[in-house]
Amino acid sequence: MVGMEVAGQNSNIVSARDLGVVACTRCTQVWPAGTQTCGRCGSTIVARDRLSLQRVWALWLVGLMCYVPANMYPMLQTRTLLSVQEDTIVGGAVELIHHGAVGIALIILIASVVIPIGKFMAIAFLAISVKRPSSVSNHHRQVLYEVVEYIGRWSMIDIFVVAIMSSLVQLNTLAAVNPGRASLFFALSVIFTMLSAQAFDSRMIWDVRARQEGTTTDE
Amino acid sequence: MDQPLPIPLDNLIVCTHCDAAFTLERPKVGQRAVCTRCGTVLITPRRKAGLQIIAVSVAITILIIAATVFPFLSISAAGATNSVSILDAALAFSDGPLVALALTTAALIIFVPLARVLLTIYVLVPIVLDRPPARGSTQAFRLAEALRPWSMAEIFVLGCAVALIKISDLADVAFGPAFWMFSGLVVLVVVQDNFLCRWSVWKSLDKTQTS
Repeated sequence: MVGMEVAGQNSNIVSARDLGVVACTRCTQVWPAGTQTCGRCGSTIVARDRLSLQRVWALWLVGLMCYVPANMYPMLQTRTLLSVQEDTIVGGAVELIHHGAVGIALIILIASVVIPIGKFMAIAFLAISVKRPSSVSNHHRQVLYEVVEYIGRWSMIDIFVVAIMSSLVQLNTLAAVNPGRASLFFALSVIFTMLSAQAFDSRMIWDVRARQEGTTTDE
Repeated sequence: MDQPLPIPLDNLIVCTHCDAAFTLERPKVGQRAVCTRCGTVLITPRRKAGLQIIAVSVAITILIIAATVFPFLSISAAGATNSVSILDAALAFSDGPLVALALTTAALIIFVPLARVLLTIYVLVPIVLDRPPARGSTQAFRLAEALRPWSMAEIFVLGCAVALIKISDLADVAFGPAFWMFSGLVVLVVVQDNFLCRWSVWKSLDKTQTS
């Protein structure tokens, strides 16, 4: 691994904005500050996305609103010869534990309950932490952001499970599995939280430190 | 803009995650350049990466098409059987408002991965052959990168495993040929993603365009 040489003469890391340049977030090409569109890839360039936080919160709220019906309505409807059973996300996992499939129940619970709720909290925390000083170090918050961005997609697993089961288990009168209304809301919730995480401009995490260091010199 | 910069712009590299600026130092083949502030990998050059990525991409294209057509899973219980392809699974949500969901799942599992691979081939072939980039290469590569988080083939495979265990006490489940193709495909997608050095691709798209 090669660490990059620090730009400028002093050993402190300089942010691009302080150098009077701005980098394209898509293709990393560097331009003079104030450039509007990247001349290489055509993306729009902003030094810091001023509206970033507004979009984060708006998408976050829509995601949260979709997550409520996703847990209230049934996710799966299982019809066998004798009975019709409708399971919510948590209900289905509890059912699995009764059947002895604890591992699978855990995967479902982690992917559909722990990760989404954790993600809502993590995005909210990040969005608040760039506005006011936080005790969590920048590096940890950067890691948190990357984890949120990476892991968010995995919540879709429950949708895929429902898709596979309801297409596969169609044995006429014997047994049939059909998707419930919750699946739509759940998918929407996952998509909106992914968009919310993407709207977050992670460069803002590091600006806070720069600002603090500007005022308190001993750190 | 108004004050002269100490370093020419082409010798600067900026970490897109934390906005730290560095003077560019090209790592040797096999080495990686990382941001010293947040640890993001900036450059990862690899010998003959272009050719390898194209080969892997072609393989992925063939596997996606084959895996979509062939039967994926089949179940049987008390004489009744049913087998489905991946497309059937994706289009399972077919009644009422769930149609939107069916299209979304189909896109996430099949069309987005396929589009990304085709775009990558389109961008990389001229670069590897030392030709000027094909028309719209920059837009194509930008789109391929933007689609990255929405390509969910690997999540679908784990979803399969979960679904199978859920079903297994209800009926007998058997794997079709497409299941193995799709599993192989997921490995290739991960390989392709990790071989690709975005910085190098953008650099070569830029160089060939201006000269």
